[in-house]
Amino acid sequence: MFYRETGVFKTTYARDMELFPIPLDKIGFTVGLVLAFLIIPLFASHYLLVGIFIPFLVFSLAALGLNILTGFAGQLSLGHAGFMAVGAYATVIMYNRYDVPLPVALLGAGVITSAVGSIFGLPSLRIKGFYLAVSTLAAQLIIEWVITHVKWISGGVYSTVDIKALEFMGWKIDTAAEKYYVALVIVVIMAVFAKNLVRSRIGRAWMSIRDMDVASEIIGISQFRYKVLAFAVSSFYAGVAGGLVVAVYYGSANIEEFHLMLSFEILGMVIIGGMGSVLGSFLGAGFITLLPIFIDLSISSITHNVVDLSKVFTPDLLANAKNMIFGAFIIFFLAVEPLGLARLWHTIKDYLRLWPFPY
Amino acid sequence: MLETEAGDRMSIASGSQVGRKNGYSQVPSKEVATMSRNMKLRWARAISLVIAGSLLMAGPAAAQEKAQWLPLLCYRTGPYAPGGSGICGGMEDYFDLINLKGGIDGVKLKWEECETAYSPPRGVECYERTKSEQGGCCVYHPISTGITYALMERASADKIPLTSIGYGRADAQAGGDIFPYVFPLVTTYWSQVTGKIGYIAQKEGGLDKLKGKKIALLYIDVAYGQETIPVLKALADKFGFELGLFPVPAPGLEQSAQWLDIKRRFKADWVINRNWGISCTVPLKEAARVGFPRDHIIGVWWCGSEEDVVPAGPAAKDYITTNFHGVGQNFPVIQEILENIYMKGKGNLPVTRVGTVYYNRGVIHGIITVEALRTAYKKFGPVPINGEQMKWALEHLNIDENRIKELGAEGFMPPLKTSPTDHEGGGWVRFQQWDGSKWVGISDWIPPMKELVQAEVKKSAAEYAAKKGQK
Repeated sequence: MFYRETGVFKTTYARDMELFPIPLDKIGFTVGLVLAFLIIPLFASHYLLVGIFIPFLVFSLAALGLNILTGFAGQLSLGHAGFMAVGAYATVIMYNRYDVPLPVALLGAGVITSAVGSIFGLPSLRIKGFYLAVSTLAAQLIIEWVITHVKWISGGVYSTVDIKALEFMGWKIDTAAEKYYVALVIVVIMAVFAKNLVRSRIGRAWMSIRDMDVASEIIGISQFRYKVLAFAVSSFYAGVAGGLVVAVYYGSANIEEFHLMLSFEILGMVIIGGMGSVLGSFLGAGFITLLPIFIDLSISSITHNVVDLSKVFTPDLLANAKNMIFGAFIIFFLAVEPLGLARLWHTIKDYLRLWPFPY
Repeated sequence: MLETEAGDRMSIASGSQVGRKNGYSQVPSKEVATMSRNMKLRWARAISLVIAGSLLMAGPAAAQEKAQWLPLLCYRTGPYAPGGSGICGGMEDYFDLINLKGGIDGVKLKWEECETAYSPPRGVECYERTKSEQGGCCVYHPISTGITYALMERASADKIPLTSIGYGRADAQAGGDIFPYVFPLVTTYWSQVTGKIGYIAQKEGGLDKLKGKKIALLYIDVAYGQETIPVLKALADKFGFELGLFPVPAPGLEQSAQWLDIKRRFKADWVINRNWGISCTVPLKEAARVGFPRDHIIGVWWCGSEEDVVPAGPAAKDYITTNFHGVGQNFPVIQEILENIYMKGKGNLPVTRVGTVYYNRGVIHGIITVEALRTAYKKFGPVPINGEQMKWALEHLNIDENRIKELGAEGFMPPLKTSPTDHEGGGWVRFQQWDGSKWVGISDWIPPMKELVQAEVKKSAAEYAAKKGQK
């Protein structure tokens, strides 16, 4: 009744092309932005900001990057943690050693990563699907090896470089809320950019490659240009996400944070969130990063307020039970909606369009 | 802009109260302010209970008796669960024992595990969640190199000490201004490696006999594996032995080429096994295949647990590793745990794990935590102890022979004496050998070569400070 297209008249081209044609969506998005920009930083505790919201934003950005590549252009990558590592070290090297201003360092990290990503994207012209996954796996391993072995990058045997105090034009970014703002602004800009990019000519070219590469080549879409472009854009996002990990999340670049498991986790975010959906990247990142924390908190809340579970189960069983619950959730959601959480959201929207008068 | 106030439990439940509290405190009439604040608090609390159910951790006011709150970062899941569960289990059993004996000067210990699964993001989340819970606490044992590095900046900013007992940055022992809140206590990788060379020299008949010997470093080719190379190079220069580097690509399941190299081409006299997790076991089988004597392989302590050697079967017999604590149940402190906890049907782990390497490593974590708290209480009075006070205590730890005897830990741990510029406090190691069914201690405590380690520490710490932009 409220969520509908009826009564929305597209009188100009601009209105025809707007991101959210349905009024309620527009309101929802605005409310979301107000919440993210004003309410959360004002009222969220330090823990919520640094433990929940900042990692959520950072990993959403990484998932968004992979979603552009895998969900839109149909190219699988298992090297995204490696690309994040490139961005992380690039940021810290530029910012620490060359006194590059923070936004430029983050942007530069994105550009450098996107160059590296394009090189590793070249094999995608010849190999597809699982075989491409294996070749990007090589990217992950090569990047890890290079970073741990080139001392100029890793700064000594520990492969750990702490970033110096954050500052931009006299503004000292040291509280959790300020760091949250840095992450938020970058993520919002890049998410809106991605949303527009995938609706553009480039996005359509990517989707045609994803859906059938032979057909898209026949209608004149350059496979070389668009596949490499997909790798470039995707690793740009990964690079900035890696830079944010260093700048606002951990405070240090350390190769152990970007191991292969993280690549799988990012892929998991994309699959659970929904391939080919900007919103899905956020939902997936929320699912993978926040659900284990939520399960953990729920169990300790039960222990504190209802019944002391640690007296009933051994600690080992209790710790593993959390993983089992998490696993059960993944299976549940994928069984209910194999196309991901974003698809679930679409189903709800379709339902709402007809509510309360379905045919 | 909105830092959680330490001690303000409610601020964890919902940050909104902090904001509102500030707002209402400007209302002139005090009663009205408190009344409405209470109402709001109650509402916020009810809502957060219903919705999140979980963000409210503290429950009713925890002021029944004096208790020391200790949040623990553990990993009982994931690939390194055997280590994590053993260490946490041992540590908690020791805390239990202390509580049964009446606590530390009457203060009982109270702790809760937070599962990190050895992953840095989970570790950071756990740290942020627990650091101001129940009035906050004062020390963290990440039990993971990755989590230690991810927390170093935060913990230093929050003024909360981090320990890394037997892992982490060896150069952090410099303490001082560069690593004020990082404590690689008992011993570090660098001290250990000088101890190893010292042990080899003992076996060869003196340090001068090292000249011309060939020592191979077999290491997993990640940051952790490479950490001892600078010190070994310095040692090779000093004593004139030849150092061969044999990197194993992670995860290190395939090492046959390296072993052929070590045995046939390099013809090593001794091999240092610096692997990690599953790659620790591989060298033992490979050595058996090429016929390299196992009692000339010296493992790092993370390659020296029962879990590392049992899978290799008879090939592991006579293999030697370093350790910084005793193994087995033949220590009064372990006996006490068995008697008072496991005999009563309690205890954190299956009783068969008591006395194993990881379990005892947990007990030494427990002993150090408790002794540090005791030191802090002596100086500042009992609870609450904040991070800065704990830092002072960790910098003034003095667990000497007498104290070790009182603790029932004779032969279990080396003496430990720290200072503001020595965050390690000794660096003694001992050696143990696998007899086919259990680890047997085969040496006394061997001191590190302090001067050489210090030179490397100074160099590395300065480099760290420079990279970080710290002048």
